[in-house]
Amino acid sequence: MRILLMGNPNVGKSALFSRLTGTHIIASNYPGTTVGFTKGYLRLGEERAELIDVPGTYTLEPSSKAEEVAVQMLRDGDLVINVVDATNLERNLNLTLQLLERQIPLIVALNMWDDTRHRGINIDVAKLEELLGVPVVPTVGVTGQGIKELVKRLPEAKVPKNAPTYANNDERWTRVGDIVRQVQSLSHRHHRWYENLEDASSHPVWGVVIALLVLFATFWFVRFVGEGIISYVTGPFFQGLWTPLLMKLSLALGGGGFWHNVLIGELIGGEINYSQSFGLLSTGLYIPLAAVLPYIISFYLALGILEDVGYLPRLAVLMDTIMHRLGLHGYAIIPTILGFGCNVPGIMATRILESRKQRFIAATLISIGVPCAALQAMIIGVVGKEGPGYVAMVYGSLFISWVIIGLILNRTVKGFNPELLVEIPPYRWPPWRVIGEKLWLRVSGFIKEALPIVLGAVLVVNILYTLRVFNALADIAAPVLTGLWGLPKESVVAILVGFLRKDVAMGMLAPLTLTAKQLVISSTVLAMFFPCVATFVVLARELGARDLFKSIGIMIVAVLIMGSLQNLVL
Amino acid sequence: MTTHQGEQLTLAEMRSGQSGTVIEVLGGHGLVRRLEALGIRPGKKVTKISSTLFHGPVVLKADNTQVAVGFGMAKKIIVQADKYLPRTS
Repeated sequence: MRILLMGNPNVGKSALFSRLTGTHIIASNYPGTTVGFTKGYLRLGEERAELIDVPGTYTLEPSSKAEEVAVQMLRDGDLVINVVDATNLERNLNLTLQLLERQIPLIVALNMWDDTRHRGINIDVAKLEELLGVPVVPTVGVTGQGIKELVKRLPEAKVPKNAPTYANNDERWTRVGDIVRQVQSLSHRHHRWYENLEDASSHPVWGVVIALLVLFATFWFVRFVGEGIISYVTGPFFQGLWTPLLMKLSLALGGGGFWHNVLIGELIGGEINYSQSFGLLSTGLYIPLAAVLPYIISFYLALGILEDVGYLPRLAVLMDTIMHRLGLHGYAIIPTILGFGCNVPGIMATRILESRKQRFIAATLISIGVPCAALQAMIIGVVGKEGPGYVAMVYGSLFISWVIIGLILNRTVKGFNPELLVEIPPYRWPPWRVIGEKLWLRVSGFIKEALPIVLGAVLVVNILYTLRVFNALADIAAPVLTGLWGLPKESVVAILVGFLRKDVAMGMLAPLTLTAKQLVISSTVLAMFFPCVATFVVLARELGARDLFKSIGIMIVAVLIMGSLQNLVL
Repeated sequence: MTTHQGEQLTLAEMRSGQSGTVIEVLGGHGLVRRLEALGIRPGKKVTKISSTLFHGPVVLKADNTQVAVGFGMAKKIIVQADKYLPRTS
């Protein structure tokens, strides 16, 4: 049996999903699209039922890709749990009535039930159940209240007898109004402190102050947690436990030879040097697991909290005016922020934007101007040694190119840039369970996808070195590298490897003993230049061949200009 | 200048904190439908929460939902204002 969890966005669907399914959760994409959903299993007596967390939708008349998917999924479901936000009964019941028209067995979870009391909302559940003709169960997804009852009553889900159909939307809204009038009464209540905070964060002045505080706190948090994990967990593990093991292996392999080079790499002064040895088991494991993973964890933890507290839509409102100058609207800030974790989900999330022009600009800007967490971890590690000022130069250069390219694209790309229209959910205390699960899905996704590519990249580099391919390439690339960017021609290796993994490429710059200026230029070039292979594939899928070539063209021009400017100015 | 009870104005012209009832949404079917899905439709009581500098988005509240709409859209939402309030713009 396949059960669908459906409802408006921001109704606590994910928290309910997590309560219903327990541990075994799978994230996947809907076939043929990049719209993601999560799937889990639920024990129903003897049977194991599949539970799908359908993307949130306001109506069954879709106006975005994610909503289209929601409607398509409805066709393959056997039963729908309609999650309704009890504090927004009217808007939510509109979807409920549309679902009832579809003649699919339905049960309503009246979620956020605890919120109704302090919002002064009283709902007559029995009456609502009678009017809708299907079971209605009050629930609180975050605490798990009402979940047992919901599961117990699942078999009662049904298609109500002679469920009405409505000739048009107005008729349906009238019916919704009738129902709400009969089941809901409002009483006076006090303004809560966090509601003042809600209003302040979309205020033109206070909003900006709060946004700056939030961004600063996020940055600080990501660095603090990331560095903490490196110095207390992954660092000691590699130095204390892994190095002795590798040294034994090195001895066993006789301290040199082909296999020694591939697995352990070169010993630097008789020791393993994780940033320079470049073997599969040394640098190949160290970069993704010790240097990058800690920042992946801290970044996605911070992002998860910002998402689930409800802050991001407010940032979208504040950024809207600026983003319009770049041919986008405020909501494009969300894919952009995702891009700072990994460009792949960032570019996929450009699907939430309405026009082709917006999607093209947003995806291009992310792939050029937004460094992913893996690259950033290495930039901070490698360039940071020269001083924070140099790291700031890299970020500053990327930001400037992001703005300038956006300004130019806004004027040159045909198409329109619709206005912002977005729901701003109330602030909510973060549901830690959901945040934990989401973090796990994202981090395990990183390990599964990045680790094989990192190892592959290290292997390829080793083989190409042995075959002396790089020397030939270095001679060809020398005019651009040395002439325009002032980099030694050996850095061609790193820049080419950047196509496989940018973090590995950054690691390859370390042994070249570059000056601080050269490090700034090479890491900026690496960030802006050709996206890594995973990003490239997604970019191709999202933009199509023609726009992909345009995007790549813009990228090449931008990187040539930016690298040369840095070489002249710094 | 003050707004009188019963005066019709656009959401863009309303003052932050002012309430009113939506009379009409000018504009295409697409816009009407998208606003409707968010619960903003004729007959609905709304309160303007805030606006952004330089004709940025307007935030309004309908029931317990806050929605941000672009300035251009805000000019297309016609509201019957509720009460006397000094008007700034």
